[in-house]
Amino acid sequence: MPKQRSTRDLSLIRRLIRSGKRNETLFIATGLAALALAVLTFLALFIDMLIDGSPRLTAEFFSNYASRKAEKAGILAAWVGTFTVMLVTAAVAVPLGVMSGIYLEEYAPKNRFTDLIEININNLAGVPSIVYGLLALGMFVHTFGMGASVATAGLTLALLILPVVIVATRESIRAIPGSIREAAYALGATRWQTVQHHVLPYSMPGILTGVIIGLSRAIGETAPIVIIGAVTFIAFLPGSPVQSAPPFISFDWLSAPFTAMPIQIFNWTSRPDAAFQANASAAALVLVAMTVVMNGLAIWLRYRLRRNIKW
Amino acid sequence: MSTHSQIAGRLAHRRSRQRKEKLIELTLLSAALVAIATTLGIVFILFSESLVFFRQVPIWDFLTDTQWTPLFSDAHFGISVLLSGTLTSSAIALAIAIPMGTVLAVYLSEFASPRTREIAKPVLELLAGIPTIVFGYFALFFVTPLLQKIIPGLPGFNLLGAGIVMGVMIVPYISSISEDAMRAVPVLLREGSYALGATRLQTAFKVVVPAAFSGLAAAYILGISRAVGETMIVAVAAGMQPNLTFNPTESAATVTAYIVQVAKGDLPHGSLGYQTIFAAGLALFLITLLFNLAGYWLRRRYRETY
Repeated sequence: MPKQRSTRDLSLIRRLIRSGKRNETLFIATGLAALALAVLTFLALFIDMLIDGSPRLTAEFFSNYASRKAEKAGILAAWVGTFTVMLVTAAVAVPLGVMSGIYLEEYAPKNRFTDLIEININNLAGVPSIVYGLLALGMFVHTFGMGASVATAGLTLALLILPVVIVATRESIRAIPGSIREAAYALGATRWQTVQHHVLPYSMPGILTGVIIGLSRAIGETAPIVIIGAVTFIAFLPGSPVQSAPPFISFDWLSAPFTAMPIQIFNWTSRPDAAFQANASAAALVLVAMTVVMNGLAIWLRYRLRRNIKW
Repeated sequence: MSTHSQIAGRLAHRRSRQRKEKLIELTLLSAALVAIATTLGIVFILFSESLVFFRQVPIWDFLTDTQWTPLFSDAHFGISVLLSGTLTSSAIALAIAIPMGTVLAVYLSEFASPRTREIAKPVLELLAGIPTIVFGYFALFFVTPLLQKIIPGLPGFNLLGAGIVMGVMIVPYISSISEDAMRAVPVLLREGSYALGATRLQTAFKVVVPAAFSGLAAAYILGISRAVGETMIVAVAAGMQPNLTFNPTESAATVTAYIVQVAKGDLPHGSLGYQTIFAAGLALFLITLLFNLAGYWLRRRYRETY
């Protein structure tokens, strides 16, 4: 009898193992299917835009202003607008974000107050972008009287991506071992000298990655700049920052009204005419290409960074 | 005499150095305070502008009225109409994003080979980086026509298409936070489970997932907050018509879509219609704040345990 029992146990165990393996294969298939679905969505989106939009991607499309006639309309004002807004955003968000990150990692004492800043930054990262638009509308547009200008849009998007830059700065600073700082202090360096000559240079690639990701998010943000009242139809460019007469530099472009790529896409998408739909997909293709290039750059930077860690 | 002046010189140098250090620290601190100022600014603007609104519309009507017709002569201001659109589209999005995000995270963290992960993660990141306006375009011109073949009579603007695309958009977000949480679970726990004869699947779902639960919960909550605040997809694809409905095949405006619609028009600053967007924004801000704080608290918990 014991012999029979052991074979029964054995077949039971075999069955268990088989079912375990089957379940595992099933789950791996589900996981791969989920991954495939994500990739397929990306491909469908890209191919759909390519089919609808690629015939419109001519040189004129980039050099024409928006027009009532779909086949004559272009994205000149939009891409120039996006570019100038991004300049303001980067000029504000990068120094502010990096400085805040340095303060929080290298200077801030551990107390209630810094805890509050920390929770606050985390919450800001989760505030819907449209709320930033309302802030800008109430604050910059109506209280400060800045209007729906390049400067307003740039500042709004800078506040929006500030948490991204701060978090990236903090994380890359945190990755620097304490021994580097101690070595600098031992040689008599002050705190700022340590930061300036060691901490900041070593964390630069990480910060750069965060800045690029932040800017790629800002470039596609639509809601806040719709709220502040970006113009949808514009047939001139903001004034040139460089002039032939003294004082040679002009800041008039900061107060100029603007349009931007996402606004242009939104405007064309909400028209019933199919010809404008083609314009929308062509412009969307350009915008996606911009963000993919920026994100790709960030991913590549991070990959290189991980390989080149020396400590 | 000379040593005395030397010491004095050194002290002066040290003092100026300390002054400079203090100045730098203050500059850095003031940069960090911008984040606090932003929050205060948001709260101040939303409350002060909403106050103007609530002076004319009782807050009770705002919460209980079942009509939202702010621009009609017979104006009604029932936020629940807009919230129903937000709730329905968010529910569809999460019904897709939570299971898909979780499966992806478990797969990537526990099963996928390093090679697969190396390819999958950047792809997901690129997907997460696509502007929402482009997703809105995709929902309106690709997903909705596809759905119309399956569900005849589906209107061109509907919550279903917008919700589905919103779900796909949130997947990378949920999967990356969940994966971080699961990878933070010590290998020792997994080895213990294997030693008891558990399979990889059993270990994943009975050991790793429960251990990373607060991280997963944080991912879901932050996903909810994302869905509630999402604007362009619903503004483009779900329609702008306020509609008290929980039916995903109908067209309905969300809180965010309403704000966009009003801001796009030319309502004069100070009119009641204009003030409504701040009241709607305040409702949105408070809801997302609640979820964000809960998510933050949960995320911090899993970080502290391991």
